[in-house]
Amino acid sequence: MRRFTALRPDPRAVLARANPVAKLGAAAILMGVLFVASGPIPPAVILAAIVASVPLVGLGLGTLLVRTWPLLVAAFMVGLLNVLLAPVGSGGLDLQTGLALGLRLLGVALSGVLALASTDPTDLADSLQQQARLSPRLAMGVLAAVRMLPILAVEWQLIGMARRARGVSPGWSPPAAARLAFGKLLALLVGAVRRATRLALAMDARGFATAERRTIARPQTVRPADWGLLAAAAAVGALALWIGAAA
Amino acid sequence: MLLGASGSGKSTLLFGLAGLLEGGESEGELRIDGLEPRIARDRTGIVFQDPESSLVMARAGDEVAFGLENRGVPAAEIWSRVDGALEMVGFPYGRDRPTDALSGGEQQRLSLAASLALQPGLLLLDEPTANLDPAGARLVREAVGRLVAGGELTMLLVEHRVKESVDLVDRLIVLEAGGGVIADGPPAEIFAARGDELAAAGIWVPDHPLPVPPTRPRGEPEVLLVADQVGYRFPGEESPALAPIDLAVRSFEALAIVGPNGSGKTTLALLLGGLLRPSTGTARGPDGVPVWRVPAHRLARTIGSVFQDPEHQFLTGTVRDELTLAPSDNRIPGEATRRAAELMDRLHLAALADANPFTLSGGEKRRLSVATALLGEPSVLILDEPTFGQDRRTAVELLDLLAAQRDAGSAVCFVTHDLPFAAALADRTLELAR
Repeated sequence: MRRFTALRPDPRAVLARANPVAKLGAAAILMGVLFVASGPIPPAVILAAIVASVPLVGLGLGTLLVRTWPLLVAAFMVGLLNVLLAPVGSGGLDLQTGLALGLRLLGVALSGVLALASTDPTDLADSLQQQARLSPRLAMGVLAAVRMLPILAVEWQLIGMARRARGVSPGWSPPAAARLAFGKLLALLVGAVRRATRLALAMDARGFATAERRTIARPQTVRPADWGLLAAAAAVGALALWIGAAA
Repeated sequence: MLLGASGSGKSTLLFGLAGLLEGGESEGELRIDGLEPRIARDRTGIVFQDPESSLVMARAGDEVAFGLENRGVPAAEIWSRVDGALEMVGFPYGRDRPTDALSGGEQQRLSLAASLALQPGLLLLDEPTANLDPAGARLVREAVGRLVAGGELTMLLVEHRVKESVDLVDRLIVLEAGGGVIADGPPAEIFAARGDELAAAGIWVPDHPLPVPPTRPRGEPEVLLVADQVGYRFPGEESPALAPIDLAVRSFEALAIVGPNGSGKTTLALLLGGLLRPSTGTARGPDGVPVWRVPAHRLARTIGSVFQDPEHQFLTGTVRDELTLAPSDNRIPGEATRRAAELMDRLHLAALADANPFTLSGGEKRRLSVATALLGEPSVLILDEPTFGQDRRTAVELLDLLAAQRDAGSAVCFVTHDLPFAAALADRTLELAR
């Protein structure tokens, strides 16, 4: 069994203290640059900047690697497959294209991960409501759902064990494995819907559905440093594009 | 206190009073201070049974603030009311405490504080201690007791376990399954006059202990399962979920596993059941094979596991299908049907043969989940909280069934908070510490 708990970054770290929407904005700027840039150099510059900002996140490098290795592997594989599966005879360009694609994917993934991993989910929900004008129904609903995820992860494992206890195992047959997984998914969904219903009741019992004018217990502010973060992201993006064009 | 056997609609009535019933057909009317419950919602507060699916926020203080924000309480006032409510329930931590780091009892006291912060006139409690270990339940009851003693609140409590909570209430209302009120008055009077009748109807009447099963001659105990320094640690966590222990499980013996929440009881049940690979030590059957390695179809014929949530174990669309799905590939034709019929008879499920397992009542689900574990005729039966949420009648049935299973030569292991049930069944008790 495995338990999934939220990452808790050191609240004193520079990036952990930044406004959540500003962090998402900075990540979006970098992602936009990665999207339009060509060649391996701009993504490499951006990746270097992202890696350099890791100490500001308030999470150990080890913790980050443990949580994100599937993403890193996936990015690497996309690049690798691009090289291996390219039609023969298209020249040495493929290695470069593959590398560029891998680095771009890695950059997109890592900038998103850093923005979210350094952010407390509650602060994110508050900030989305206050700075991005997201409706409380959506923001709080998603927040409550995120809180349920570790519970569902445990539930999924319990359902699997309960099936083994019933004498059911897929053995080596892929169709049987698919049937079993489908049954498990159905059982998980039944449980999840029931939990969600109970949670919705608990929220409504405290006036969430009927709230006309919610007040804000935790004001989220945008400080000069947050504008600085956005400017820094734009600067890194511009630098990456400039070096890429110069090379 | 609202009492009634399983299916009498106690919780439904409570939800109706909280203004939370939607859809369905209703008869008659509910009024709170002359208002419809939905409109009077800001005069009621409710605490639910399962704290895990009623907490909204990630931090304790935010959880209490949530309702105040919804009511539009000015921001300047919110945090002083949060602190006041947390203090009222004896919450031992600060506002920043993560809610998922709280024990069940602490989570329930937090839920109570979140309701109280809204200053309800009517507090509705739906089995608030059902999911808790005895120590956690006591702290919640003490918090409720202090509130009621304040005299400004009306409280309506639904509770299965009557004995521990009856001192909190002045009046008892017993609902009839199928509609109507059986009794209404001071608890002591009702229990004195009609205690036997209510106990027979499935209500946990105080001072009506479970009948001790008859003593039958038993054979010589043999060791069926040996745990050798078995322990478990979640990957990446510092303290183990279960510290390594030694244990022998024997035939003709019922073993109770007790201890506070978080002491690893459920983990031990999974390890003994061959469902989880231990991170230290091994649990072996008589053939010496570690139980977690035994293939599923063979495992179901040696060790039967009954999960706390019966629904986890259901695989098909009807009770009959559930019981003909034998964990074996080499059975005689007709044998599966015969065995299913026999189990349905024995566990009073015959009338429900065509019902969907997910639509059964709590007691029926429990009986069906036990029946599925008995299908493979295992020599070891492991149950996690078998009496959780059950009325007295189902508990008595389980007691008879498990005692018969043991006396016929099975080993019966059960994890429980239900000390009276353990006392009536167990030959031996293993107490785990945190």
